[in-house]
Amino acid sequence: MRLSGRFGRFGGCYVPEILAPALEQLEAAFLDAQEDPAFGRELNELLGNYAGRPTPLTRCRNLPRNIYLKREDLLHGGAHKTNQVLGQAMLARRMGKTRLIAETGAGQHGVATAIVGALLGFDTVIYMGADDVVRQQLNVFRMELMGAKVVPVESGGKTLKDAINEALRDWSATFAETHYLLGTAAGPHPFPTMVREFQRIIGREARAQIIEQIGRLPDAVIACVGGGSNAIGLFADFIGDDTVRLIGVEAAGKGLDGEEHGATLLRGTPGILHGAETYVLQNSDGQVADTWSVSAGLDYPAVGPEHAHLKDIGRAEYVGATDDEALAAFKALAENEGILCAFESAHALAYAIKLAEQEPDSEILVGLSGRGDKDVAQAQQLVGPSA
Amino acid sequence: MSRYAALFERLSSEGALGAFLMLGDPDLETSASLLDAVVRDGADMIEVGIPFSDPVADGPVIQAAAQRALSAGVRVSDCFGLIARFRDRHPDVPVGILTYANLVIARPGFMRDAAQAGTDSLLIADVPALEAEPFAKQMQQSGLEPVLIAAANTPDATLQRIAGLSKAYTYCVSRAGITGTHAGGEFDAGLVRRLEATGAPAPIFGFGISKPEHVRAALNAGAKGVICGSAIVDLAVRGGDVGAFVRTLKDSTRNESLLQ
Repeated sequence: MRLSGRFGRFGGCYVPEILAPALEQLEAAFLDAQEDPAFGRELNELLGNYAGRPTPLTRCRNLPRNIYLKREDLLHGGAHKTNQVLGQAMLARRMGKTRLIAETGAGQHGVATAIVGALLGFDTVIYMGADDVVRQQLNVFRMELMGAKVVPVESGGKTLKDAINEALRDWSATFAETHYLLGTAAGPHPFPTMVREFQRIIGREARAQIIEQIGRLPDAVIACVGGGSNAIGLFADFIGDDTVRLIGVEAAGKGLDGEEHGATLLRGTPGILHGAETYVLQNSDGQVADTWSVSAGLDYPAVGPEHAHLKDIGRAEYVGATDDEALAAFKALAENEGILCAFESAHALAYAIKLAEQEPDSEILVGLSGRGDKDVAQAQQLVGPSA
Repeated sequence: MSRYAALFERLSSEGALGAFLMLGDPDLETSASLLDAVVRDGADMIEVGIPFSDPVADGPVIQAAAQRALSAGVRVSDCFGLIARFRDRHPDVPVGILTYANLVIARPGFMRDAAQAGTDSLLIADVPALEAEPFAKQMQQSGLEPVLIAAANTPDATLQRIAGLSKAYTYCVSRAGITGTHAGGEFDAGLVRRLEATGAPAPIFGFGISKPEHVRAALNAGAKGVICGSAIVDLAVRGGDVGAFVRTLKDSTRNESLLQ
């Protein structure tokens, strides 16, 4: 490997030996592409004319007016995921791979991968927990419409973590022709670095936009953290700005005192899962815990290793928002601003509203990582028809 | 002399048969008797899994075995207990643990307790040579012999590193994929030759050994032995005749055609 793949003590490349050459090949392709102006030109062309970048920065009009929303919900595909699947799929093509595999929880990353699979002409296979396949029939159908094959995973808890395990098993046998298009800034090196670089555009645009709108840097930048890709993409260009607080919001689920949450950085301990040393929700033997969140995208027992590092060095703060707080923010955004956001993004917004009320003079930038269409059916059950 | 070194010396004219079992599958008592049974029927060395919730290097058979053990409430300390009981009854049979990194780092004193129970070696399935050095050092300080995996696609420079870090034997994998995938029984003599050039410890083939002809092919490719896992675990859970199967595999390590 040419890079260390470490963020302080976290990160690394903990995979079976058989996969080590595939990750080495990926790192080489990524670093070469970074140096290749033609790669950058094509990616930017796709991000602009296909995906719809730049996304706007919207100042709230009726929620506290010191909240600014970075609108990744308006990106093609409906979430920030599209930024990095385009980059990875172009790398896969560059490496001569003909097949893409990916894991998905609720289906957002699966849909994003199906999009690039169709666009760039790959055979695409999506691993999805069998329980999630049942819960997310519409997303399964979206993927199938775009030509992807969805494989239900019956092992373990039949959710996201098990889908990742299964994708890694597939990749162990097929890496010669297959690229594993991992969905977040977690996993073995080089994924955390590579996904951060492909998502960095969120923060780069937002930083320029807020300076243009208010003439200065924000006081706080807030994003939800599951695996952590939208958060690291939003944070990356602000890490050097010492006056800017970086705040990651984890899923506190039904409460941090119980076991039904996905708050890895708040309640986990250091461990090694899915290829990286990072915080993990686990028991004292190291068996990985089942997690819970109303939002499938935050329902994951590990987290990207760079967040583990940012927490340990104190550069970023991590807090929780419960299911109920997220749902309240989801409703508030719909009622006050006319925006339906993803349940994931509603976690970031919930904390932002709290902070904006406590600190009315602070300027607060929030990553609105995805739109809420996927969550409307669930919202109908949870919050009922509006009164 | 280590138990592995003594075994390979004693078996100079035949291949070593390693039997893999998941500790605690389906429960502690059955697991203890299976360990005894495979040794009685011819296994020369034992490789044991400590069940992990997320075994990414394992196919469906070993995954299910780990799940059965975890569902039975088996803890890591119970597994060390099983190894200690086995060690009392079989003082000379080498025992290696195959497990995952998270279990090794989550539990303070994992390596020390494994060694005290009588374990000889430790292979961590998700620690490649690139990350292995600190683990291998700690193993040796704890009295365990490190085992690393060498695959057909592993470059020479990495094989060199594997040779430098491994002690008990080198776990060779001749095809892509996970445990229990039945390949065509082809074993890569080229990998064995490349390993020999590095001075690595004895090459032992694993992954996909399920028939006597696989054993013979692996030994003909230059291996010092084989490890059979999924086929034994699968037979045991289906109530098949594990003893007869192990005897057949052991007989094939003595096949006359090998003694050219």
